[in-house]
Amino acid sequence: MNRSPGALFAALLAGLMLALPFAALAVEPDEMLADPALEARAQAVSKELRCVVCQNQSIDDSSAPLARDMRLLVRERIAAGDSDAQARTYLVERYGNFVLLKPPFQANTILLWLGPLLILLVAAGGLLVAARSGAVEDGDPEADADNMESL
Amino acid sequence: MKLPRPALIAAAVAPVAVFVVLAIALALGLRNDPAALPSVLIGKPAPAFALGPVREGDVGFSRADIEGRVVLINVFGSWCSACRLEHPMLMELAASGVPIHGIDWKDAPADGAAWLKKYGDPYVRVGNDEIGRLGLDLGVSGAPETFVIDKTGRIRHKQVGPITPEIWRDEIAPLMARLEVGG
Amino acid sequence: MTAEIGRFCLILAFIIALVQVFAGLVGARRGDARLMAVATSAAGGQLLFVGLAFALLIRLFAVSDFSVMVVAANSATIKPLFYKITAAWGNHEGSMLLWVLILAVFGAAVGYLGRTMPAAFRARVLAVQGLIGVGFLAFIIFTSSPFARLFPVPLEGAGFNPLLQDPGLAAHPPLLYLGYVGFSTAFSFAIAALIEGRSDTVWVRYARPWIIIAWICLTIGVTLGSLWAYYELGWGGWWFWDPVENASLMPWLLGTALVHSALVVERRFALVRWTILLGILTFSMSLLGTFVVRSGILTSVHAFAVDPARGSFILALLVLATGGGLTLYAIRSPVLGAGRVFSLVSREGSLVLNNILLVTITGTVFLGTFYPLLIDLLTEDKISVGAPYYAMTFVPLAAPLLLVMVIGPLLNWRRDSGQGLMRRLGPALFVAFAALLLVGAATHGKALLAAAWLAMAAWLVAGSLLILVRRARVGEVSPADSLRLLRALPAATHGLVLAHLGVGLLVAGLAGASIFKQEGVAQLGPGQSAPFAGREIRLVDVTPGREANYEFVRGRVEARRGGGEPILLTPERRFYPERQSDTTEASVRVTPLGNLYVALGDQATDGRWTVRFFSHPLAVWIWLGGAVMALGGMVSLFDRRTWAAPERQSTPDIQTAASPAE
Repeated sequence: MNRSPGALFAALLAGLMLALPFAALAVEPDEMLADPALEARAQAVSKELRCVVCQNQSIDDSSAPLARDMRLLVRERIAAGDSDAQARTYLVERYGNFVLLKPPFQANTILLWLGPLLILLVAAGGLLVAARSGAVEDGDPEADADNMESL
Repeated sequence: MKLPRPALIAAAVAPVAVFVVLAIALALGLRNDPAALPSVLIGKPAPAFALGPVREGDVGFSRADIEGRVVLINVFGSWCSACRLEHPMLMELAASGVPIHGIDWKDAPADGAAWLKKYGDPYVRVGNDEIGRLGLDLGVSGAPETFVIDKTGRIRHKQVGPITPEIWRDEIAPLMARLEVGG
Repeated sequence: MTAEIGRFCLILAFIIALVQVFAGLVGARRGDARLMAVATSAAGGQLLFVGLAFALLIRLFAVSDFSVMVVAANSATIKPLFYKITAAWGNHEGSMLLWVLILAVFGAAVGYLGRTMPAAFRARVLAVQGLIGVGFLAFIIFTSSPFARLFPVPLEGAGFNPLLQDPGLAAHPPLLYLGYVGFSTAFSFAIAALIEGRSDTVWVRYARPWIIIAWICLTIGVTLGSLWAYYELGWGGWWFWDPVENASLMPWLLGTALVHSALVVERRFALVRWTILLGILTFSMSLLGTFVVRSGILTSVHAFAVDPARGSFILALLVLATGGGLTLYAIRSPVLGAGRVFSLVSREGSLVLNNILLVTITGTVFLGTFYPLLIDLLTEDKISVGAPYYAMTFVPLAAPLLLVMVIGPLLNWRRDSGQGLMRRLGPALFVAFAALLLVGAATHGKALLAAAWLAMAAWLVAGSLLILVRRARVGEVSPADSLRLLRALPAATHGLVLAHLGVGLLVAGLAGASIFKQEGVAQLGPGQSAPFAGREIRLVDVTPGREANYEFVRGRVEARRGGGEPILLTPERRFYPERQSDTTEASVRVTPLGNLYVALGDQATDGRWTVRFFSHPLAVWIWLGGAVMALGGMVSLFDRRTWAAPERQSTPDIQTAASPAE
């Protein structure tokens, strides 16, 4: 059976309510802003915004209809003169912090951002103590033999 | 360097203690839906909007329509299968006097009109949001979603997914009653 | 009938596993050689029956028996036979069976290949391994049987996710499970060591080869997954910090730490308690990963059909295994002897630093993965943790680790001097700075970050080769003697060099592909072209067609540099009618210097096609690097000392806490 590609893709679109998670990088040429500098900013901002109906994708990567709507909204805000931060905030006001792929630095995320440093200190402390808590001895012929052989 | 006994014990016990906390979090997490997106607009006034009609000759749906009464705003679409499941419930609620407005979201007006004609129209006012701008302003991520609006036009609750009899009885009806009295 | 036999085999395996646990523990306690031998036979029996069950499941898929639920849900008659078979493990139940099969394989391998181990110790290892098997076989039998029937029997299967009809992806789960489940042996060894209260290095000497085998498989599994994502998903990404990806990275990170700390235990009898803890934690990460994928607790593209009831069962297994192991650790570890001392500037010191950094990195990935859940449970807020978070935490932690990788192998055991070290490092430092200057100059000083990372890659490659140069005493002796020394080097040294070299290649690939990547999109009609990355990209035509179970449109795209020869790329869109979904098959031109990656988008109403193009310099080194790392691991398995390390003297005044047969 021969189907024209156009009818094929119309059939595809009909099945969609939630995103198809796997499709090509999603910005369509008709969405793009005329000014390349603004478009570049819009893409950068889009990469930091989460597609809320997809699994762990940015709106720049998702072909979901809602992602497209959000991309257009971002471009509208940037073209209207918003800064990158303002454009992001516009979406956060409507969808919450969930839409930010880089978690904000606020009271309930202090542990998230400082956590790595804390873990480093605890791990360093713990391991160094474990390493130094050994029994003392003089001389170590096995160590010398190892070093001669060197692995 | 020899370690004091308390430190040794602490170092031995710490891993299992941390694990217990983690296990509790995971157990609680099992009952949690990671995809459910709560609304950040609760308590905020509904945005300004003026939607065109779905059916030819209709008046459409705008912000002024929701002031003064406790109302529901239901987001639906002719493409949405869960909306069809919810629909009989909405018809019932409308018949018993609950004011429900409709947003035909991401839908061509003609398709929305055909759907309402086929299945019935429970809405006091219904507007078309084909490009989805009002949906974005309300933080809509799918259909059906329903908002409870109080008399001053503030958003008080968002229901994600179809309204079932249980949800109506346990969550939405009591809230609407409270808002009716409290103002 | 086949399905019922399969179910019966699983029940038999469950019973045999119980016997394995009982015989192993009791036999070891009583010193009863026959009972201990029963444990070994039970391990073999478990392998036999789980293997049989798995073979029967494959048969059911191969003949498309839709009276069995998983076959009906995951296969279809029009699928090619190869993919019918691989569908057996592409679903929750089948993959769980594969999981348990690999557990049985490792158990039997330790039982039969570990003849030189002290009998009681081996029996206990098998008992623990069997206990894990008991738990997961129970899980399968009671909640996730692959042999459940479906009635009425459908005429056709519900098909399969078309994305999974791919050779790379068929191999990904088995390799990943070999890695995940392979670390169960490290766990079993560690628990057995705690039970016996052994203060010597016995357990680590026997565990090391199994740890390395598991590490190799996990390295290949993760690399393959990333490679598959790159060429299959259509937008040129290779790592997304998706929770399930993180769940495979965390055991790999801890497994790497384990490989290194086990070396310290075996050579220098230090970090004994820590390494046992690490052995327990690595496998716990594997279990956690299993939990995350199958419970629906985190959103992920990888998640199987979500079922909180199954999630609860796995959580219970996780609590028993990890909780039990850590409790045992809390009680028993203080009686294990402390190891020998060493100065901070020494080989041991560098390995401790390696462990500190790897544990911190693992903790960071863990934090990023589970923090959204924590916030969701404790507050009204809902946040996301995506790539930007990891870029700011993971990457800065990786940098010192990569630096240490070159310094460590050049240090002496026990004690070394800073000056001696600097002299030895000279050549590697020189190469790194040279690379920094070269790249900096080539990019006119604009891409300093890229220059730094490429210099790091050069540091790693030069540093790894420097080990060989030093051991072969190049410059000190004649070339012929150097060659002889080189060939006399133990395989483990070559393994180390290759593994670290592989990391250098990986870093180069990541730096090139992340920092220098370019992407573009254009709407082209047949014959039209657009400029991109110094080339002219021309859409020649787009033709439809069909295959066994999908329809496609194939574009022919030519990319040409200046007046040179054009490269032909053929991106496709495929439509699978039974799933009502489509996939993008990108077309990639791979060269050592970079990839040109083209994907076909949608067709506009005017007949023009959206074409997306990407340039990924040095991308191929990402996966070649991973492959070389795995190769390094394999080479070290050829070293006799990996399998039968000589006994080291423990310090005389350290006593074993309890005699082995207590």
